[in-house]
Amino acid sequence: MSRDNILHRVRTALGRSAGQGVADPPPVRIRIPDVDMEQRIATMLAAIEALAGKTHRAATPAEACAFVAAAIEGKSAVASNAPYLAECGISSLPGVRSGITDREELRGVCAAADVGITSADYALADTGSLVMIAGPHEARLVSLLPPAHIAVVPRERILTGLDELLSILPNPADATSSMVLITGPSRTADIEQILVRGVHGPGQITVVVVG
Amino acid sequence: MGNRVSLFVTCIVDQLFPKVGMDMAGVLERLGYEVDFPEDQTCCGQPAFNTGYRDEARTMARHFLDTFESSERVVAPSGSCTSMVAHHFAELFQKEPETLARVHSLEKRIWEFSTFLTEVAGVDDVGARLDDVVTFHDSCHGLRGLGIKDGPRRLLERVRGLELREMQPAEECCGFGGTFAVKFAELSGAMARTKIDAILRTGANTVVALDLSCLMQIQGALSRAGSKVRTMHLAEVLASR
Amino acid sequence: MSVEFDRKIHNTLADANLQLAIYAATGRLKEKRSETVTADALPEYEELRSQANAVKKHTIENLDYYLEEFERNVEARGGKVVYAKDGTEVADFVRALAKERGARLIVKSKSMTTEEVDLNERLEHDGLEAVETDLGEFIVQLAHQHPYHIVAPALHMTRYEVADLFTKRLNVPRETVIEKQTAIARKVLRQKFLAADIGISGANFLVAGSGAVVLIENEGNIRLTTSAPKIHIAIAGIEKMIPRAQDLATFLKLLGRSGTGQLLTVYTSFLSGPRRSGETDGPDEFYVVLLDNGRTRLLPDRGKRQSLYCIRCGACLNACPVYRKIGGHSFPWVYSGPIGAIITPQFMGISHEPSLPFASSLCGACAEVCPIKIDIPKVLLELRSEVKKAEVREKRNRLEKLAFRAYAWLMTHPRLYEMAGRLAASAAPPDGSSWIRSVPAPMNIGPLRAWLSQRDLPPAPARSFREMWRRR
Repeated sequence: MSRDNILHRVRTALGRSAGQGVADPPPVRIRIPDVDMEQRIATMLAAIEALAGKTHRAATPAEACAFVAAAIEGKSAVASNAPYLAECGISSLPGVRSGITDREELRGVCAAADVGITSADYALADTGSLVMIAGPHEARLVSLLPPAHIAVVPRERILTGLDELLSILPNPADATSSMVLITGPSRTADIEQILVRGVHGPGQITVVVVG
Repeated sequence: MGNRVSLFVTCIVDQLFPKVGMDMAGVLERLGYEVDFPEDQTCCGQPAFNTGYRDEARTMARHFLDTFESSERVVAPSGSCTSMVAHHFAELFQKEPETLARVHSLEKRIWEFSTFLTEVAGVDDVGARLDDVVTFHDSCHGLRGLGIKDGPRRLLERVRGLELREMQPAEECCGFGGTFAVKFAELSGAMARTKIDAILRTGANTVVALDLSCLMQIQGALSRAGSKVRTMHLAEVLASR
Repeated sequence: MSVEFDRKIHNTLADANLQLAIYAATGRLKEKRSETVTADALPEYEELRSQANAVKKHTIENLDYYLEEFERNVEARGGKVVYAKDGTEVADFVRALAKERGARLIVKSKSMTTEEVDLNERLEHDGLEAVETDLGEFIVQLAHQHPYHIVAPALHMTRYEVADLFTKRLNVPRETVIEKQTAIARKVLRQKFLAADIGISGANFLVAGSGAVVLIENEGNIRLTTSAPKIHIAIAGIEKMIPRAQDLATFLKLLGRSGTGQLLTVYTSFLSGPRRSGETDGPDEFYVVLLDNGRTRLLPDRGKRQSLYCIRCGACLNACPVYRKIGGHSFPWVYSGPIGAIITPQFMGISHEPSLPFASSLCGACAEVCPIKIDIPKVLLELRSEVKKAEVREKRNRLEKLAFRAYAWLMTHPRLYEMAGRLAASAAPPDGSSWIRSVPAPMNIGPLRAWLSQRDLPPAPARSFREMWRRR
């Protein structure tokens, strides 16, 4: 049995025995900087724009909704089931498919849609990242299949960075089978080192911060 | 604090570039040091060590320890040879505690030439004069092994009449690498040519470095390319008046 | 060195366009990396490196414990762990699963580990279609080649070569505009993603405390590979383990910057188990294959064990003056650059390519940029010593051994050394100011010939240093 064989080889190589415990690993290194919300928002929007993402600040959910409506004018859109999107009135905008819970149906809709609209569980200010946790409220493919992605995030969810995220969520596996950090539009430089956006994931990403 | 300094000239200086050794001695004497040359010295054993012949390297290292046993200070015109003694001798004697103790003692008493000037003698200006445009090549062992970057530049900047230009890219290996230069000759040559392209782009007349192995590689490539650019060891520059 | 190695190096050096491509591409990546790790950009850089080294050291030294913890946590989330001792077992597992599920089409994301075991070839033998989805990997797969560089698999190809390849293999009209080539690949691969039965990925990290795999990318193909098909198989070397999710605060800061100068790559996925109840999409089945393939052979050696700390960022390749000349395809195995030079002999045995540890000038640029502080030059030196010991045991290369023994002997006899020096000098042309371009035929052998093939030789001085010193 390869499992026992390999574990045995590992132990022999390390001079350890089966069932032997371990000394404590080096303590984790988590450093959370002290940054106020306005500064976080500014940093995050700048980071996203530096990655050729688009940003918009909406004072209220209604404003966010109006912005999204204009952005998806004439296009087909799919929205995740995030309660926040419903709160903003985005899920019920004309031209937006939402409330899908069937996997095959979702896949088909996402594959055909021009725009995918989501919220985000958190955002990371220093890198301009969205934190997408898969669950009943957010499916994986909405922010992945359509060529454009719009994320609408209330300001309270903006964290300073990865360290803060991991201190709030020390084990993401407790919450979900998939946590994805999205940092800018999909890109590649695989041919002659020339940058091209929108390879497999969305080539256009717009982050709307509300509040 | 005495003022005796023993020269470890290195076998390459002894056999191929003796003037460098004489110049180094001259600079040190002018600074008030009493310079001696332990005649038993030969080679630090680096070529053997780098080629994988540790027993042979150990033999030479032992001889080296004996030669410099009673030297208060040892100075060498080479980053790579100094690095061999300061970093690798200890690896050779892990199983011999007594010899290892002698190695650790020697590690504290040996310096690469430019480091000795800036950190032990505490000088930047040795009163040199050289009307020339030069560029400086950072030898890898000196740079990454011994952390030498600013010292030689400070010394060069105080040489009257000298203009220092930095090459771009900087810090790239010249391709010597000991027996690498002959085992992988074509590759070594390609690396040398990239290095001399960077040198020629500076427009300098002279390349200065701390290590003669690098200078031999660089000068060899410059000469093969028909260039008039010359190489000088730092000691030769600092001895110029 | 082997004839093969020598030939590949020579051919790469002789190809002027390739030389330019390799040097420029690695130069750009090197530049980008250095901008993100300056004292201003990342004041904690050295601290992070030390932390990463310490965490990896601890994990590797207790690897069995963490493997078991990982397994428990994967299974607690509804996944399954499979151990594979080599490529055959990996392929057997995938093929058996595919057969059981009636699967035909597999999509793959970039994984050096799967390259290591030639997974695609093995799967194709069984009539399974395994499609690479990373653009660079897709291209080299179409060309039947191995990736050229850990991060940039098609570094060596021009857009014109890509155009030819696409026309020939995808049956599309010839297209040389890079954006349009990318769009072609996107279209072709999208169909594959949506039709695939199985998605196979590697893993950048395995998180023991979570039973999770962490994957980083810029294109989105990994997300699609691991989300669209109903089955996800992650294949990873056992050494990819880290203890806790929180350790990612250290490793992710180093990986993006070191590899491509990005703070974070576009997508960072933390995946544990099949989709949970309430999750609309994601795989129904989740497997992690833990591969040995020689890693346990490497483990006992305390000095060289650090070779397993590698996070595959590629920084050492970009910094290496040798890689920047000979490129990825000159190396004898799938791993190239400085990391390839140290793990290849340890995984494959030193006789696989005995001269590989010597294909380095020991400049130390690799150790300087390694985010985990692997002392690559030190490992190279140890491997060199092992090669020479093996030669002595096998009675090969005796002339060289003899020469070095003679040289060591001579160096411990100063008077004889001096005489030998004078003798050699007398055989050389008299002291002139010009360097030597060539020597008479009988002398033009061995190291002298090798030296002269590339550069001139210094003339012998009239007097050695010690003679001059005596005359002062």
